Amino acid sequence: MELSFTAKNVLIGSTLLGALGGALGSFALLRRQSLLGDALAHAALPGVCLAYLITGTKAPLALLLGALATGLLGSLAILGIVRWSRIKEDSAMGIVLSVFFGLGIVLLTVIQKLPTGNQSGLDKFLFGQAATLVREDLLTMAVLATGASLAIVLLFKELKLLCFDPGFAASLGLPVRRLEILLTLLLVVVVVVGLQTVGVVLIVATLITPAAAARQWTDRLSSMVWLAAAIGALSGAFGSLASASIDRLPTGPVIVLASSLALLLSLVAAPGRGLIWQLLRERRAAARIRRENLLKDLYRLGEEGERWDEFLPRPLLMGIRGQSASQLARSARPLARSGWVESAGDALRLTDDGRREASQVVRNHRLWELYLRHRLELAADHVHRDAEAMEHVLSPDLTDEIERLLGFPRIDPHGRQIPARSGVAV
Amino acid sequence: MIARDRERPAAPLPAGDSSGVPAVEVHDLTVAYRTQPVLWDVDLDLPVGRLIAIVGPNGAGKSTLLKAILGLVRPLTGHVRIFGEPYEKRRSWVGYVPQRESVDWDFPTSALDVVTMGLYGQIGWLRRPSRHHREAALACLDKVGLADLAKRQISQLSGGQQQRVFLARALAQDARLYLMDEPFAGVDATTERAILGLLQELRSTGRTVVAVHHDLQTVADYFDHVALLNLRLVAAGPVGSTLSAENVQRAYGGRSTVLTHAAEALLGQAGGATEAARRLGGNGG
Repeated sequence: MELSFTAKNVLIGSTLLGALGGALGSFALLRRQSLLGDALAHAALPGVCLAYLITGTKAPLALLLGALATGLLGSLAILGIVRWSRIKEDSAMGIVLSVFFGLGIVLLTVIQKLPTGNQSGLDKFLFGQAATLVREDLLTMAVLATGASLAIVLLFKELKLLCFDPGFAASLGLPVRRLEILLTLLLVVVVVVGLQTVGVVLIVATLITPAAAARQWTDRLSSMVWLAAAIGALSGAFGSLASASIDRLPTGPVIVLASSLALLLSLVAAPGRGLIWQLLRERRAAARIRRENLLKDLYRLGEEGERWDEFLPRPLLMGIRGQSASQLARSARPLARSGWVESAGDALRLTDDGRREASQVVRNHRLWELYLRHRLELAADHVHRDAEAMEHVLSPDLTDEIERLLGFPRIDPHGRQIPARSGVAV
Repeated sequence: MIARDRERPAAPLPAGDSSGVPAVEVHDLTVAYRTQPVLWDVDLDLPVGRLIAIVGPNGAGKSTLLKAILGLVRPLTGHVRIFGEPYEKRRSWVGYVPQRESVDWDFPTSALDVVTMGLYGQIGWLRRPSRHHREAALACLDKVGLADLAKRQISQLSGGQQQRVFLARALAQDARLYLMDEPFAGVDATTERAILGLLQELRSTGRTVVAVHHDLQTVADYFDHVALLNLRLVAAGPVGSTLSAENVQRAYGGRSTVLTHAAEALLGQAGGATEAARRLGGNGG
């Protein structure tokens, strides 16, 4: 694809902005200051308008300086409201956001009614218009990006401690206040730089979305910052290329959509934290519990009258927990594969290995019942249901500890034998 | 796993330079959040080499006292000395264990990383933790019985393990004075034993520990000294003589409401007078 000069500018600018927003957004996200970026962006709008009214030009530098001025004023207003009133931080941000944005919209209307203002094009700051990026803008962005990266790299451990535990940071003598101001300043810079490309309304997405997506994939802050920068950069590149190749497709919103897609994917599919993994974990746990219950049921029936060798009919087993034939089969099949259960026709019984395995589940159950009964003094008829849940989660070590606490009992509250710990590790 | 041999006991502190000077001196300390007084006229000397509990009902200003000692809150009046000097000069002598709930345990970092944070003061600006620092941090994790979990993300630790990670971080600071905010709050029996053993080891090497403590039952067993706090200092001294039924009653038996309201009225003269009046009219705070 042949890119025009403008399209190349947009590509470089959007990529830089995405990387910068992702990296800094990681810190904002972890400090729970997502809304701050949004408030700053909205606070910048009246600055753009005022700069135009005062200077009478649309020179990018003047407009950006105006945005910077009211953006900073907005962040100071938030700090002031929190400090001098009883209003909490989130409400303070909401107030500043709406007041400044309202002012900005009023000023925009005023400007459009001016005889000279009709074609001022300031409304591009609302949703951004990347195509207006020029070489000087890129230079500014590159300088700012370098400065911000340098700050992040050099102050990484201080910023990390500031985000994790500001009280401890202060006790070490770190200048917490100044570091917070530095982070906020960097945030303002990204917002102002991004106004032209993505606009007031959506700029917060370039801060938060890549960071939130990156958090899903890693448990290390350094990897998270890099990954967020990468996701931001890719979204920026994708958005600018898409709008260059498809007519009238707006760059900013496409960038935001691209990073949102990355976030959606991360929320669903990221290993460990993703929804799919959580679902799989739950299903695996449920299947294991059903298998252990079947082992336990077979054990109990075998225990009654010492009929261990007897094959027990499936309908009898289904009746215990109200299972269908296929539900029972789903638990029985893997147990047979492990060699713990064998079947003859329509009946099942435990193998010797299976009996040892089942005895450990029963052991957990009965020791826990006894523990509730004697240590917590619950009534005998109240302990079974709780033990039904605990038997599947107690570790062998914990069960041993309970056994020791209870003085190695042999009989459970219902008068049945407590199996000994088997040496077989599963 | 707690009974791991402690091969490297902390070196005893050199005696001398600060002998006779209390570990902490609090003079005439008053702290307020807006018009709400939190500490009122507290005078307190805490002796060196003792385990000291700060005890009092909810909202008595226990955590605030710790934070004032650490210079984290600015007092209205009064000052604090650490081994005879202002906190800024003694910073490297002080280790801090904040309340466990004060941080987000889902933060993307490992147990070892958190402990390494205790060394940031030594490491200094612009430098990264070296292998030497990481080994020192691992040794501290080992002391609290968590060396095996060094790489684990901190949200994967139990509450008691998280508390021990915080303690290990303070150990890494290798301080003379440890300030701990509720180190025993909400921990399991194993952790409680581990923490207690650690406190005693710190004392045996001449360290001073000041801990906010919420359980009156165990104060006498765990600590040498106690300071009973309820907005004002009610009593302070060796547990044997200080933890009397009368003192406990004075600390817990309801706050002196007259004093609270008087303080509020005084502090709120400018803007908060109406607020104080409202509170006086109601059932008080």
